[in-house]
Amino acid sequence: MTTQAEHPASSAAAPADPAGLLPAAEPVAFLDDDGSPAPEHRRGRYREPDLALLREAYSRMVVGRRFDAQATALTKQGRLAVYPSSRGQEACQVGSVLALRPTDWLFPTYRDTMALVTRDIDAVEALTLLRGNWHCGYDPHATRTAPQCTPLATHLPHAAGLAYAARRKGEDTVVMALVGDGGTSEGDFHEALNFAAIFAAPVVFLVQNNQYAISVPLSDQTAAASLADKGIGYGVPGVRVDGNDPVAVLAVLTDAVETARSGAGPVLVEADTYRVEPHTNADDDTRYREHDEVETWKHRDPVDRLDAYLRANDALSDDDVSAAGARAETLVDDLRTRMAGDPDADPRELFAHVFAEPTSQLREQAGWLAAELGET
Amino acid sequence: MSAESMTIAKAVNAGLRRAMEGDDHVLVMGEDVGRLGGVFRVTDGLQKDFGEDRVIDTPLAEGGIIGTAVGLALRGYRPVCEIQFDGFVFPGYDQIVSQVAKMHFRSGGRLRLPIVIRIPYGGSIGAVEHHSESPEAYFAHTPGLKVVTCSNALDAYWMVQQAVALDDPVVFFEPKRRYYEKAEVDPAVDAADVLALESARVTLPGDDVTVAAYGPMVKTCLDAASAAADEGRSIEVVDLRSLSPLELGTVYESVRRTGRLVVVHEAQRTLGIGAEVAARVTEECFYSLEAPVQRVTGYDTPYPPARVEEQYLPDLDRVLDAVDRSLAY
Repeated sequence: MTTQAEHPASSAAAPADPAGLLPAAEPVAFLDDDGSPAPEHRRGRYREPDLALLREAYSRMVVGRRFDAQATALTKQGRLAVYPSSRGQEACQVGSVLALRPTDWLFPTYRDTMALVTRDIDAVEALTLLRGNWHCGYDPHATRTAPQCTPLATHLPHAAGLAYAARRKGEDTVVMALVGDGGTSEGDFHEALNFAAIFAAPVVFLVQNNQYAISVPLSDQTAAASLADKGIGYGVPGVRVDGNDPVAVLAVLTDAVETARSGAGPVLVEADTYRVEPHTNADDDTRYREHDEVETWKHRDPVDRLDAYLRANDALSDDDVSAAGARAETLVDDLRTRMAGDPDADPRELFAHVFAEPTSQLREQAGWLAAELGET
Repeated sequence: MSAESMTIAKAVNAGLRRAMEGDDHVLVMGEDVGRLGGVFRVTDGLQKDFGEDRVIDTPLAEGGIIGTAVGLALRGYRPVCEIQFDGFVFPGYDQIVSQVAKMHFRSGGRLRLPIVIRIPYGGSIGAVEHHSESPEAYFAHTPGLKVVTCSNALDAYWMVQQAVALDDPVVFFEPKRRYYEKAEVDPAVDAADVLALESARVTLPGDDVTVAAYGPMVKTCLDAASAAADEGRSIEVVDLRSLSPLELGTVYESVRRTGRLVVVHEAQRTLGIGAEVAARVTEECFYSLEAPVQRVTGYDTPYPPARVEEQYLPDLDRVLDAVDRSLAY
């Protein structure tokens, strides 16, 4: 990072961004829309991920997309209360997790269930929130994954705090915090960036800019040139990446994680992507966007682009595609079977977890409920 | 170490110091808590003795203070966050009620947040708006938060240590108008012999009327009891101390003897702590009551400008009037 002293005020027209905190004029990209190589300059300084990682990403994206479709189907069958799909965002969902080590932490939102499955969290536990039998079904400590955040951006200060804790303890843990374009308008987003920067906390803030906060388009969300521009106000470098280019997403996120791990503090990454499905099964997206727009984005499909890129590099065979498909079917077969029964929610458990130990009032109220349930 | 006369401010400081000495994971964080020692000097000297890494001057953002404390607590720290004034807690209110309060529950008990949020509260200090409020009911209404308040230096010393030691989040209200009132504190007392954090205390025994209060109003009620004694009336003063959980056994026992209860707080009347106390005492002590439970509270207005705050705040006369009303039945 350059310092003030290297740019004395007396020199001619100081650069607008002496510390290099603003994103490049165009998002980082390695692939064109059809999966062929993008122009060299679009890569910026980023290194191409190795083919083994990209093959793993491909397989995970196929599994993730199949899981996502299954979850939507389960919602239509009444097995889930609601499901916010991340179809179309597979490069971000998978890339954000594959950029991490198992010892790193992930802070997801409600739209990031695909990322949870990519993190090898049991699919039924990952869907507990949306199924409605408890709020968080997995063990956050064991999985190094915070509960999914529903009030947007409220989890970002937690991510900054946990990353700061890791730095204090001398650990090399990095935190990946996920948020959407709408979430960048929340005060917590800004406070989290500021605190993370002040604490030199090793956290990567990944904004999945899927262009809509339910119905509100990005143009009504911000007047900034890009969401990655918001980093400079906090002294945090902002990077913008083609979020439907899995090669670029992995290149940028791997680099951002390395930067955070090196002790250089937080990084803000904006990935431009698109939510192909409505906000949830309860949403009617024809009220706020044109069919043609959705179709245009489908031509930039992250799975298709990576498929084409890997095949062009002799790194993906028909057998590989079949194997990824089989891996996906195994996961959803198991998911369907285990979701077929009624949830095992126990109302008596309500009183057990309000505090470390139930208070006398809670014990009394637990007694009332037990009596209502016909117990003595 | 022998017994020492100290102010409430000094007692919180001494309690925090002892908690920090006992556990390296205890951190103090907030606005101006380090170099300055807090605007009330409650954290005075702690940064000098424990370092900038354990007494952290944070950016000025209550949501960020509480929110990052959550992340620190998730990795084993025990943050003590200072909110500078009662009226400034609301930028952090969402983090407290939506995140801090619920994390243990939503994670099925897997995530514990041993966070203490210290808030100087209450009026009668001649301050400008947002500096004299009593927002305790908002927090006591929120499941998952423990809400406690001290009324004297002895309790301040021990209760802040008990709060830090608890695995649940605690909102710790400090009666700022009483910060500089002194009491004897003996740090050599065995911590196991100290009254439990969630217990009320009979501060002054009496026979005719029970007066329940907490925080800054306990002193007001003790003064009222002293004045009443001159007229031959015996008032029992109960210091509630813990507002969530609100353990009313001590009050029930007292009301069953006196048959009369007056509840006193600075906070607004409607849906205040007094309403909950009145409801539960009615449920539990119906046949012992000789009179309806009387409430002495602030009015249902926003906190007033300093020039008229003494007309807003409950005082000795209003407490005695309520005692008279109760005895008139």
